[in-house]
Amino acid sequence: MNYRYNIGCSLNNLKGIREFIRTSLKNYDIPELELSAMVLAIDEMCSNLMIHAHHCNPDHKIELCILEPSEGVLVFEIIDDGNVFDINAFTEPKMDNLIHEKRKGGLGIRLVKSIMDKVEYGSKDGKNVCRLTKIYKKDNE
Amino acid sequence: MVQIKRLQEDGIDTLAVIGEIDASSSIELDLSIAKSVGEGFKKILVDCSSLEYISSAGLGVFMSYIEEFKDKGISMVMFGLNEKVANNFSILGLADLLHICSTKEEAKQLVNELSV
Repeated sequence: MNYRYNIGCSLNNLKGIREFIRTSLKNYDIPELELSAMVLAIDEMCSNLMIHAHHCNPDHKIELCILEPSEGVLVFEIIDDGNVFDINAFTEPKMDNLIHEKRKGGLGIRLVKSIMDKVEYGSKDGKNVCRLTKIYKKDNE
Repeated sequence: MVQIKRLQEDGIDTLAVIGEIDASSSIELDLSIAKSVGEGFKKILVDCSSLEYISSAGLGVFMSYIEEFKDKGISMVMFGLNEKVANNFSILGLADLLHICSTKEEAKQLVNELSV
């Protein structure tokens, strides 16, 4: 399997990203809660990238690919050519601090790290590639 | 896209959140809560029975009010979350920081108890 989706960096396109993931994975017997969590993690990654690396410029494009390197393993690749936004380089803010500072951001990174099994960064053909790996159990197992 | 309908009865402001809240629409939620606070409501219910999706942008809005609500003696109770939405709150441990009930009746009772 190899699904690809090209999107302009507008936050209005996040819904399209969520639908693309659901449509691509609808026949994979992924338990609904797990699938929803994956959709959430990719939404978080893409919105972070759109906001922080592309300043929501709809002319800037990012590409999302979904791969299944082996049974029960999904890899989501997010490819772009903006500044690298490496979530591994950020320490997750403590919940207490977020509440105290009344901050609305900072939760997305925490969500992605909780949901995904691995988040790696690399480059391919001069572009940034963020690879998010998720190991899941099929519904019928 | 999200739509928020407000209904006031018995001194309680109920915000019915309809649709999906992500980074493009969380501002709507923020504005509605701010409006309710600005109008002086001390009891706020959030009806999530038609909330289909919430990302960190929306979760962050709820979280950003925790302190202000404490300072101003405002109680907020959410109800009717579907399993997927509730799971997003749980992953972050937010379910323990916010008041969440199953039904409107329970939520109403709790918001009244909390504001005593």
